[in-house]
Amino acid sequence: MKKIITTPLTEEVTTNLTAGDIVSITGVIYSARDAAHKRMTETLAAGGALPFEIKDAVIYYLGPSPAREGQVIGSAGPTTSGRMDAYTPQLLELGLRGMIGKGKRSAEVIETMKKTKAVYFAAVGGAGALLSKHITKSEVIAYDDLGTEAIHKLYVEDFPAIVVIDCKGNSLYK
Amino acid sequence: MREISVERITEAIREMCMEANYTLSPDMQEALNRAQCTEESPLGEEILSMLAQNLKVAKEEKIPICQDTGMAVVFLEIGQDVHLSGGSLTEAVNRGVALGYKEGYLRKSVVKDPLIRENTNDNTPAVIHTEIVDGEHVKITLAPKGFGSENMSKVYMLKPADGREGVKERIVTAVKEAGPNACPPLVVGVGIGGTFEKCALLAKKALLRETGEPHPDAHIAALEQEIMKECNELGIGPAGLGGSSTVLAVHIETFATHIAGLPVAVNICCHVNRHCSREL
Ligand code: SF4
Repeated sequence: MKKIITTPLTEEVTTNLTAGDIVSITGVIYSARDAAHKRMTETLAAGGALPFEIKDAVIYYLGPSPAREGQVIGSAGPTTSGRMDAYTPQLLELGLRGMIGKGKRSAEVIETMKKTKAVYFAAVGGAGALLSKHITKSEVIAYDDLGTEAIHKLYVEDFPAIVVIDCKGNSLYK
Repeated sequence: MREISVERITEAIREMCMEANYTLSPDMQEALNRAQCTEESPLGEEILSMLAQNLKVAKEEKIPICQDTGMAVVFLEIGQDVHLSGGSLTEAVNRGVALGYKEGYLRKSVVKDPLIRENTNDNTPAVIHTEIVDGEHVKITLAPKGFGSENMSKVYMLKPADGREGVKERIVTAVKEAGPNACPPLVVGVGIGGTFEKCALLAKKALLRETGEPHPDAHIAALEQEIMKECNELGIGPAGLGGSSTVLAVHIETFATHIAGLPVAVNICCHVNRHCSREL
């Protein structure tokens, strides 16, 4: 049975999700990958503000391919999440509630997720053409100079994902 | 002596960049279909059916199969009786890549300096491997490589005493460590023998083989089968979410090596194992 969830993602929702749940996500999420994470961390270190409300936000580890004329976005599947592990605990502490990506996470990320009641979803890697059909709006809201790595505000509808690590630290990956 | 203008190489590569990123070769599609028929986990099967739908959408709407449209790896087999005219071959190849990635709305994923990390914005330079062969033709193979799987690849300098079992163990371990990161089901390219760099190149070339085609030497073909079986017993499955289809094929290439060594390279490739070839 598919669980329907919407963003912003609240603690009430995440505490009811278990590793293995198949979900459908609707609402605003934000794309960010390596370079955007590095810049967000630098911004915070310099005392600046993040480019979007991090509390109850969902980040999608994504660097899309360019959109053709008339398309919302190009191919848009997940990238490997582990590369963001170094930056993630700080964002979780600030209220980041959900992450969508693929692949394993560090012990430190999982520990912080347990503490802050966040969840980690997997989207199917290498299914970017199909996943792009679930993104109905896309707008670059920060770090335009980073090209594909800029932060995009995305509106997703019925976006398919699977809970791989829940807020109790259970993991579906072996 | 046959004269071939480098412009034809540019043109071929431009087209191939798009072709490789919108469609998989028939042998890869068949391997994925076979996996869908044999997958034991219901979730695994559902993921494989999503991958099949993804390939359909990509082909019909010319959307890249995966947003990571890769770093362009180009193999050139140049006949020794060919004279390439009209400019620099390297520039011709890179021009083809730049044109193809722009026109095809493919992602530009290459940074100029590995430490400074500024995007070159046209996906160049390509990694080019040239080989001089007999004859008067040029064969071009383009293999855009995504880095989710490239990052999980390995080179091991084993000792001769490690032998067949040692080789097998390392390859299975590499697949296990790659797990969900490399977007399984995987194609595993292996190079055994040669030197440090030679085995890595063999592993990369092994990915170009017709998927599932066995090695011509019976003892290597048997090793491929054994490794594939062990990998599929790991339970990693499609997208790493559990199942029996972890590896679609194991392709091993070998070369003579030194009395003191047993180099092994494992080039992991995701289910988006893209490559296409043209002959001029
Ligand atoms: S590993 Fe392959 S399928 Fe996965 S994101 Fe990279 S290119 Fe795409």
